[in-house]
Amino acid sequence: MDNWWIFKMAWRDSRSNRKKLFLYMAAIIVGVAAQVAITSFRANLNASISDQAKELLGADLEVERNDTLQTEVLTYLDSVSVAQSSAVSFTSMALFPKNGYTRLSQITALEGDFPYYGAFKTNPLNAGMEFQETNSALVEKSILVQFDLQPGDSIKIGYVTYLISGALQEVPGQPVASTLIGPRIFIPKANIEKTGLVERGSRIEYKHYIKYKDGIEPEIVREKLDLLNDEFDFRFDDVAERKEEVGQAINYLSDFLNLIGFIALLLGGIGVSSSIFVYIRQKINTVAVLRCVGVSSNQAMGIYIIQAFSMGLIGSAIGAILGTIIQLYLPVLVQDFIPVDISLSISWFSVFTGVITGVLISVIFALFPLLAVRKISPLFTLRSSEVNLFGLLRRSTRALLIGLVAVFTTSYAWLMLNNLIAAVSFTLGLAFCLLLLLGFSTLVTKLARKIIPKGWSYEWRQGMANLYRPNNQTTTLLLTFGLGVTLISSLYLTQDMLLGTINFESEDDLPNLALFDIQYDQNQGLNEIIRDNGLEIIQNVPIVTMRVQNINGNDVQDILADTSRQARRWALTREYRSTYRDSLVDTETLNSGTFIGMHTDLDKAIPISVDIGLMEDLNVELGDTLIWDVQGIPLKSYIASTRTINWSTPQPNFFVVFPSGILESAPQFFATTLNTPDRSVSLDLQRQIVMAYPNVSAIDVGQILETVRAFIDKITFVIQFIGLFSIITGLIVLAGSAATSRFQRIKEAVLLRTLGASKKQVIKIQIIEYALLGIMAALTGLILSVGASYLIGYFYFDIDFVPNFIILGTEIVILIALVLIIGLLNTRGVHNKPPLEILRSEG
Amino acid sequence: MSDILQVNNLTREFKSGNRTLTVVNNINFSIQENTSCAIVGPSGSGKTTLLGLCAGLDRPSSGNVILNGTNLSPLNEDERAAVRNKHVGFVFQTFQLVPTLTALENVMVPLELRGEATKGVRTRALELLKEVGLEDRSHHYPTQLSGGEQQRVAIARAFINEPKILFADEPTGNLDSETGAHIEELIFNLNTQLGTTLILVTHDLELANKCSRIIKLKNGQLDSDTLKKDYEATV
Repeated sequence: MDNWWIFKMAWRDSRSNRKKLFLYMAAIIVGVAAQVAITSFRANLNASISDQAKELLGADLEVERNDTLQTEVLTYLDSVSVAQSSAVSFTSMALFPKNGYTRLSQITALEGDFPYYGAFKTNPLNAGMEFQETNSALVEKSILVQFDLQPGDSIKIGYVTYLISGALQEVPGQPVASTLIGPRIFIPKANIEKTGLVERGSRIEYKHYIKYKDGIEPEIVREKLDLLNDEFDFRFDDVAERKEEVGQAINYLSDFLNLIGFIALLLGGIGVSSSIFVYIRQKINTVAVLRCVGVSSNQAMGIYIIQAFSMGLIGSAIGAILGTIIQLYLPVLVQDFIPVDISLSISWFSVFTGVITGVLISVIFALFPLLAVRKISPLFTLRSSEVNLFGLLRRSTRALLIGLVAVFTTSYAWLMLNNLIAAVSFTLGLAFCLLLLLGFSTLVTKLARKIIPKGWSYEWRQGMANLYRPNNQTTTLLLTFGLGVTLISSLYLTQDMLLGTINFESEDDLPNLALFDIQYDQNQGLNEIIRDNGLEIIQNVPIVTMRVQNINGNDVQDILADTSRQARRWALTREYRSTYRDSLVDTETLNSGTFIGMHTDLDKAIPISVDIGLMEDLNVELGDTLIWDVQGIPLKSYIASTRTINWSTPQPNFFVVFPSGILESAPQFFATTLNTPDRSVSLDLQRQIVMAYPNVSAIDVGQILETVRAFIDKITFVIQFIGLFSIITGLIVLAGSAATSRFQRIKEAVLLRTLGASKKQVIKIQIIEYALLGIMAALTGLILSVGASYLIGYFYFDIDFVPNFIILGTEIVILIALVLIIGLLNTRGVHNKPPLEILRSEG
Repeated sequence: MSDILQVNNLTREFKSGNRTLTVVNNINFSIQENTSCAIVGPSGSGKTTLLGLCAGLDRPSSGNVILNGTNLSPLNEDERAAVRNKHVGFVFQTFQLVPTLTALENVMVPLELRGEATKGVRTRALELLKEVGLEDRSHHYPTQLSGGEQQRVAIARAFINEPKILFADEPTGNLDSETGAHIEELIFNLNTQLGTTLILVTHDLELANKCSRIIKLKNGQLDSDTLKKDYEATV
């Protein structure tokens, strides 16, 4: 037999159905577009990272320590470098004398020709190269814009006023998101001590940027530094490591986005399956006739497989083009998080993968109804009867198809995530979600069948009956739209939950301004400034810096050298900022032991209270002894109690609390918290404090909140942007499913009108049906998303999730409106035409 | 003349829950080549089921059908489709044209399936459309044709593969009397002209009387088998 005929027949048969098939194609277009956009973007990003690897660091090697580097380390660095730059980094208040604004900033005092790779991007262009010579400052562009300042104005850091010589836009290797803590300011390192900030208790990082001599092998340097690091505590990062870190972070984000995009494609697959089901149902007679005149079962199926394949191929190709265009927009969304300039080009691999995935999804999902085509008997030409296509498939065939989808989904996730367990979890999670939605849709159809009250109006009964009768759209809609809604709504609710936890600005009893680095001799004067402004101090706590020297008789250096140690490095080596007091504060609860508030005998071990989390990281237990190095003086202590601390509040909290009576005479500084009634009072107070005590840093909770909110907004927008594809697919699937059942809907409407129903009654039935579908889909999706958000809050963020009913309510209204509009658009034009004309034109 | 169709002990049962419904019950007959035979009987007597079994559209519960020397029972669905394509033509009450194909394409399908040269098939299809009076409607789709026109296209399609046997299921049942008469005339003329055997299922006794033999069914069983003109009657 001529197989070419199958192609010819597939083409001919599609002629009058292409509009209907286009909708099914649209679901694939959107899914593939999401895929291609993300994978292309990822490919381009990785290529850019490789191209600009050295610019990620600006040097071959960065070494840093929160004290000056030891001579041995410096000598080694000298031996491998052809050029070196050094920097001192710290956070401090910056004051803009022109208008009196202040802002906690990240200050870097630089000496040398850093960056060796890439360049500071500044306005004017050469400011980055000249600020050291001209003893001026480079200031983050965003802060200049915000405070209406220009290069030529001045900035006061500590006791020194610098001319602002340039607006800083980019620093090699630092994404814009790194300015979350505060704007970046670069000043010359020469004479930095004149600022008065370096020696007065600020947290300082000493950085060295190295450019290797020719022929230096980075691996060998890394090995040597690892050895040195065992003896001298410092951190280092080279190009290869930075590239890996950045690449990994970006891959995590893009993996996540990719899977969200893949869900859109899978939804498209479900859409394909349901559209083809309805499509094939309309083709049963045609298939039966063809079987009568001698077409074999495989040929009959072949006709529709070719159609599905072609539509999949065309849809995927269009999707790939669209995706390639969308990826041009993605950098705008994520540029802030990425430390490289992204150069965009077409990633043929992504396009190819996208198209193959799209086609496979189309064909695999279409197989559900298409395999049923083989079972259509020619006998249907003699007796037309309602056929359940899915019922035509054998149980084993159905299981095989479901298995095929699962294997395909897992394989794709595996390919993307490179982790089989994660891929299987993704498939199982998705399957679980779909099963829940399926279960809900079964429940809805069964309930609708049972609970329709006889006394209700005809329109209500008919509209509700549409939820379960043959060719209903309940399951399709709940699966596709429901999953899309679950996804998007979970994101919204999680975002809201995260923002909710930091939204303590409005709580009057909590501090909204925290002042740090207050020197002993400044404390009283500063407190007076606060009181003079009519404000009340909530906390004024002393802070003593110290390091752990010995635990239970073992020196920290020995513990660090022990490869089998369980204590974490950071806990052993960090500088602790501890306080002393006679009682617990509101943010703490006693976990074990007894909190001892007073101790004066220096000869006896001091009873201290330790954060419960730190106990684990130090691998210590209640009663263990610790010797602290308090700026050269050893102090013996024992753990008398452990505390659980609520770290999410904006007041100073301490890992270690000493009792009163011991540390009062140690060198110390203070932190103060207070509540300001509004932002202007807060800004004015900050200005007064910085004028009087330039070294004091102010953490403005309102300011931080704004920044964090902007940051979370940006991230969630990126995720929602991709998640939106699922909603769009859901809508397209709905439109597709509505369109493919259009003829049946119209026949029913015409029949009702022929039997005397008014136009209003027919429309009312449809409104009731689609409104109910909308409510069901929205509710199901939202219930699942509330569940998902609860789990996310519980397991990941340790937050009790309280659903935001305003968000949920708004979502319900929007979703119902969307379903209603699409459903009603589907039967547009039916009500004003004579019944017979419609039936003839639609046939 | 040899037999084109032999029906031996043919039974078709349908199961509905615990009940078994016997629609065709142990029927035997044979039909010679180049004759015409009407199957008549009241609604529910099993006419259409019998037709479906004879044409290989359905499988019997027991017994067998031998069509043009081929026993259909051991054949699978696709092998029977091949037999139909080669030897059988169909005309249905509801015309059963493929809605997405033009009149010409509908007529061409059986021969195209055989992989025959397109040009020859097209010429033959146009000739047949001309014979049924639709040469100027060849590019119209079924929805653009009246019921009578659709049935004429179906007749052209039925004859294009020069079938040995033509099965017609109430071919005039959906048409007005004038159009119906025209369709009857077409079927009988082409039947004679091409030497095809005609098996016709109908309620219409006037139409049945135009056949050389009438088989009457009642409750799924053969009620009477009448040979007309110079044939003998047997029961």
